[in-house]
Amino acid sequence: MSIYRTHILVPIDEGTVQAGVFEVKRTLEREIRERGLEGEVRVLETGTVGIVGKGVLLAVYPDRIYYSGMRPSDVALLVEEHLLKGRVPSSLKHAPLDLQDGAKVLHRTGLTLPQKRVVLDKAWKVAPDDMREVLASGGYAGLERIVADRMTPEAVIDEVKKSGLRGRGGAGFPTGLKWELTRNSPGGRKYIICNADEGEPGTFKDRLILEGDPHRIVEAMTIAGYAMGATKGYVYIRGEYALSIERMQKAIDQAREYGLLGPDVLEHGFAFDLEIKKGAGAYICGDETALLESLEGKRGNPRIKPPYPVAHGLWQEPTSVNNVETLANVPGIIARGAGWFRTMGTEKSSGTKVFTILGHVEHPGLVEVEMGTPLRELVFSYGGGVSGGRKFKAALLGGASGVFLPEGLLDVRMDFESLKENKAVLGSGAVLVMDEDASIVDMLFSILKFFAHESCGRCAPCRIGTRQLLNLAWKLRRGKGRETDLDTMLRLAELMCGTALCPLGQSVIMPVRSAIEYFRGEFEACVKKTTEEARV
Amino acid sequence: MESKQIHIPDNAEYRELKLFIEANSSTPGPLIQVLHRAQKIFGYLPMEVQHFVARELGVPHSQVYGVVTFYNFFRTEPIGDHIVNICLGTACHVKGASEILKALEKELGIRVGGTTKDRFYTLSTARCFGACGLAPVMMVDDEVYGRLNPQKTIQILKDLRTAQTVK
Repeated sequence: MSIYRTHILVPIDEGTVQAGVFEVKRTLEREIRERGLEGEVRVLETGTVGIVGKGVLLAVYPDRIYYSGMRPSDVALLVEEHLLKGRVPSSLKHAPLDLQDGAKVLHRTGLTLPQKRVVLDKAWKVAPDDMREVLASGGYAGLERIVADRMTPEAVIDEVKKSGLRGRGGAGFPTGLKWELTRNSPGGRKYIICNADEGEPGTFKDRLILEGDPHRIVEAMTIAGYAMGATKGYVYIRGEYALSIERMQKAIDQAREYGLLGPDVLEHGFAFDLEIKKGAGAYICGDETALLESLEGKRGNPRIKPPYPVAHGLWQEPTSVNNVETLANVPGIIARGAGWFRTMGTEKSSGTKVFTILGHVEHPGLVEVEMGTPLRELVFSYGGGVSGGRKFKAALLGGASGVFLPEGLLDVRMDFESLKENKAVLGSGAVLVMDEDASIVDMLFSILKFFAHESCGRCAPCRIGTRQLLNLAWKLRRGKGRETDLDTMLRLAELMCGTALCPLGQSVIMPVRSAIEYFRGEFEACVKKTTEEARV
Repeated sequence: MESKQIHIPDNAEYRELKLFIEANSSTPGPLIQVLHRAQKIFGYLPMEVQHFVARELGVPHSQVYGVVTFYNFFRTEPIGDHIVNICLGTACHVKGASEILKALEKELGIRVGGTTKDRFYTLSTARCFGACGLAPVMMVDDEVYGRLNPQKTIQILKDLRTAQTVK
């Protein structure tokens, strides 16, 4: 393994690919070759840095400079000035960058944004497909500790329980407890499943974790498998996430090669292997029982609970289904201990959370911060405030099955408890900002349309309820609504919450109630317009 | 009963699918993975292909049909050379995705799900692609285009068509 004086990190994600990152990378590699720098400078692809919409990004390390908006024609200047003469060409857009723990990304000069990167720690520093780099940067340290300290499965579960890690997919169920229940359930074969069927609109954190650091998931699932006595794991990835599937497959192959997966993991007498299953696009498969049906090759209809998957899951065997982000926290907890994890976040919501900040904000993108960070900070510091200097109207938290929060609730802390107090949910971590011109009525209509389409139709409350809610919202939007329609919508959503089979139908109440509760005036204005028009 | 047998042509496509099915039939629950491959080979999943899959896997056709129609990804109609997918997720919605869709329906003269007469474009919509930072976005085949407006979108499609015809 040779040593390079400079590394140039090339973050690859949807945004940079669209901006032509591969062309820039090819030009860069050619320039470097032509100048005879191949032995000194190394170009490597990494995952995203979480900066969106700034074109092609290049980070030069250890100089801690990152360039944005790079075009192939800029590359020669960069190589000439920066790599050969050691000075930063001022004609190129650049900013300082700190890749250390608690990394500081400077979006623009003067705007400092300290993040706490745990889950995405390696995602943008390390080439995800280079096993030596992964290992050198602390990959598989959790698994190593299990072997070195001869940790028993019970000790592993205990460590996760002590850390207070809770499911990051939305519900916030304690992860350690889920594993323990799975371990203690009688059954021959047990399964660990990684839910990467990320479909919550406005969410793409799981994709970036899978693309940026797939080995973290391999390690986490191996640890989980050891802890609960599972010998087989499935990664259920959305069919649309081509790059995630490719990188994950490569990571699995590499791990097998290094003896980190297979019949005798780390020669520790424990067998574990992983397989990828491609999803085919159904929102409902985010529900764990629907996901299990889909894994079995059937329609993704949710099952009646109980029995829960921890007792009767895949092929009716005990199964633990965990979200990508949840699993991504596990290696750190085992390697550095539950105490370390507890230093982050709040008492009951420990650790960090990845948020995607979108909509009408100056800097859309993804950030990882401690649990309990106020919403205001996410929108105004990390997101750079409402775009175009307009006023803030609402934030939709947690995607389609999330809640609208008005300006008055901007100071709410983003953790499981604080949000629950405000009848909100953390959900998937999507923060969609809407400015003063956005229409809540329109937005709710669009969400209800989504629910009506994605309802699987198995249970009547959801199949009929989503359709009726959509009709009522359509009437309101078209100016054909009546005053009583608002209460009908609320009653219907509440009824669905109590009777629907799965979280899809149960959570329709979230957007409906928050929209009508906080923005009733806007809905009433629709009704008023109707009555006035009728009078004319 | 002979007439009810559906004739499956013995060609390269079916042979490829058959090999895939044979290689995967021992793994539990192979149906969705088989359909993924079948759609990759044929471009869509017509009744003949569904019958074929059902027979080869030894499951009722109703089960295959149920799965095909359940998931967004599977298609039962042929499509154009290129698929234009407009994202209608929440982030794209607030950034005006429905305006883009309306403009495209008008420009291409088709509704969502339809295919242009020359079989060049199929217009489709999708839930979130997970490229929300670029909202509003569309995907043409595997390529993502972001920060769109109606004019820009129409121009992109025009450019693609010109580029294709020149080739």
